[in-house]
Amino acid sequence: MTPGHSIFIIVLTVANVAGAVWLLWWMRRARGQTTTLTETTGHVWDEDLVELNNPLPRWWLWLFIITVIFGGVYLALYPGLGAWKGTLAWSSRGEHDAQRAANAARIERSLSRFAALSVADLSHDSAALNAGRNLFLNNCAACHGSDGGGAPGYPNLTDGDWLWGGDPAAVAMTIAEGRQGVMPAWSAALGNEGVDDVLSYVLGLQGRRVDVGNPQAGAEKFAQLCVACHGADARGNPLLGAPNLSDPVWLHGGSAPAVRASIADGRGGKMPAHAGRLGETRVKLLAAYVLSLSAPADVTVARAGAADAGADTR
Amino acid sequence: MSSTATTIFAPDMAPVAARTSYVDKVVRQFTIMTIVWGIVGMTVGALIAAQLFWPELNFGIPWLSYGRLRPLHTNAVIFAFGGSALFATSYYVVQRTCHVPLFAPKLATFTFWGWQAIIVLAAITLPMGLTSGKEYAELEWPIDLLIAVVWVSYAIVYLGTLVKRRVSHIYVANWFFAAFIITVAVLHIVNSAEIPVSLGKSYPIYAGTVDAMVQWWYGHNAVGFFLTAGFLGMMYYYVPKQAGRPVYSYRLSIVHFWALISIYMWAGPHHLHYTTLPDWAQSLGMVFSLILLAPSWGGMINGLMTLSGAWHKLRTDPILKFMVVALSFYGMSTFEGPMMSIKTVNSLSHYTDWTVGHVHSGALGWVAMITIACIYSMLPKLYGKKEMWSTRLIDWHFWTTTIGVVLYVAAMWIAGVMQGLMWRATNDDGSLTYSFIEALNATYPYYAVRLAGGLMVLGGMGLMAYNAWRTVRDTVRIPVIAIPEPA
Repeated sequence: MTPGHSIFIIVLTVANVAGAVWLLWWMRRARGQTTTLTETTGHVWDEDLVELNNPLPRWWLWLFIITVIFGGVYLALYPGLGAWKGTLAWSSRGEHDAQRAANAARIERSLSRFAALSVADLSHDSAALNAGRNLFLNNCAACHGSDGGGAPGYPNLTDGDWLWGGDPAAVAMTIAEGRQGVMPAWSAALGNEGVDDVLSYVLGLQGRRVDVGNPQAGAEKFAQLCVACHGADARGNPLLGAPNLSDPVWLHGGSAPAVRASIADGRGGKMPAHAGRLGETRVKLLAAYVLSLSAPADVTVARAGAADAGADTR
Repeated sequence: MSSTATTIFAPDMAPVAARTSYVDKVVRQFTIMTIVWGIVGMTVGALIAAQLFWPELNFGIPWLSYGRLRPLHTNAVIFAFGGSALFATSYYVVQRTCHVPLFAPKLATFTFWGWQAIIVLAAITLPMGLTSGKEYAELEWPIDLLIAVVWVSYAIVYLGTLVKRRVSHIYVANWFFAAFIITVAVLHIVNSAEIPVSLGKSYPIYAGTVDAMVQWWYGHNAVGFFLTAGFLGMMYYYVPKQAGRPVYSYRLSIVHFWALISIYMWAGPHHLHYTTLPDWAQSLGMVFSLILLAPSWGGMINGLMTLSGAWHKLRTDPILKFMVVALSFYGMSTFEGPMMSIKTVNSLSHYTDWTVGHVHSGALGWVAMITIACIYSMLPKLYGKKEMWSTRLIDWHFWTTTIGVVLYVAAMWIAGVMQGLMWRATNDDGSLTYSFIEALNATYPYYAVRLAGGLMVLGGMGLMAYNAWRTVRDTVRIPVIAIPEPA
């Protein structure tokens, strides 16, 4: 802020408030102090509109003065009058930084007891699962749903079926580093008929029949183009994130048109990386919670306890 | 009522002597349209309140979607309902307190048709999704130009009438109307400075934080001058007339007028607390908002104290009841506003339904109720009647509106404070205690209460329309009211 700009702001501010106070003081003194409930100013409009000239109510006058004094004190303490920083040297940036540091320390304290534990240990600890649930609702629920049930294009985390592997290390890796899933588009290479052939073969793996395409021709094309990722038995490859095509779990929909679209136009999926934002401990807590969603009964009991404990602290 | 103006019935509805009678046709037109647009605007409001409770109510049709109807609601109630009321009452009041007919009556007729055209254009373009994206200034540039032309015409008619007045002192109501008309012209023209890229799209000439500051300088002064100063002008004429009492204090009106209009100008930054707006501007916005409390209350004190000595009339005159409650809501809202501008309070209230409740306690409690009172007071006179067809219906209107507004505002207060507390709660692990959907779920019952309150207010407007229809329907000859000699 230039000095001229600063002076301009100060002069305008002070002049406006001082002007209002001067008017107040002047009118307080004007024409005596008596209450004139019957005596009008002498002006008459529209036959019967007249004005009394009662003094300013005292309490109102003081209300005005008190707010002006408060304003003066505030502008001495805080920035406001042009380039004047205020005697408290307060700034919104400073307040933000201080709150952020305090919050980081609080998080550090609450997470320190989990830092040394493994994902497997954490998944049996109801306090850890409660923290994991909070983190999940904040960071994951937007795509995967607040129950982890997923949505088209966003994997269901409760069904025990894992694109990139379901052991604790793999799940933690998925959360920490993110994943990039790519199914290429095959319509150019296969042509319309070829896509139908592959569609009929793939659905045939689950005993489903469609009215289009030749499954034998589809099998040949599958062996040429698809086995590299999905494998000769079509059971997929978790190292590549290639889905198992022989089970009824479909990330982008299992209807014939949806599967056809996946073959013809390809699909892309992106799980963002969270390590930078959340740090190692919170990634482990999330992995433990996510694994608990499809885990056997003993873990589920711990998770139910966590949910209750969470409800109690509200 | 004590008015003794001579009423002359002209056989062919033409003024008996153009220079000695009021130009009231334009007042009648704006008065009727105030009721019509009130019902339209509040119906849209009730629909979008219902959509918050039943999201399916947009039926999947884009132009019934909440995002498009919400600006239609705000424009309809502020500029169509409130605007028509301000045109009607300012034209009525300026003639009667200056003892002259309107200056340039043909231009006044143009302001009526021009304003109606703007409203119809808004009702077409906003549902189509054409918007400049600035709150309360959504209309696109061709309509902005038309608004500027109509508003400058309004200023010429109003100020022209004021200039040729036959009394030397300008009545207090006219200070407020004049300040409102002049300032709104400046606000609209500055905030709508934009570069057109096609017939339906433009971009503001300001960028980033500066654009936001210009927008809220406009937005807050739209509240200060359109919804406060203008309606205080109405209050200063119709309250003493209806009560049959002198205005309480001339000097109080001087002090609070000048303090109000000068200090209001600074308050806009409180809409941008904790944003990229520089700290000094945020502080000034907060300080001036606090200093604004007393000047705002000056109008309430003058209005309520004018009624002292006429309290017994409240038993029989529901119009006065409307006025008392309107002034009370005005005092309540202008206390709440400075409080919400305090940065600590604002960090809780901002972006919640508390803001919505605050706006409606001002817009329904103050603006709508004082408008309703003034129209009940003025409408019969405009049609040569002594009073409205049914005083009992006015009383019903009063109670439905009062209870409806209280339900609405209380529901939004509770919902807003609850949302603010839920959104800011965090766990020790750094996560939010409540997901957004949990706060929304908790708000759900209050949306139902808000809808019920809004429907009561809308129902009251239906009673008003019926009462107005019964009052005017058997009018054989429109009265031509002769202008009394100044005292």
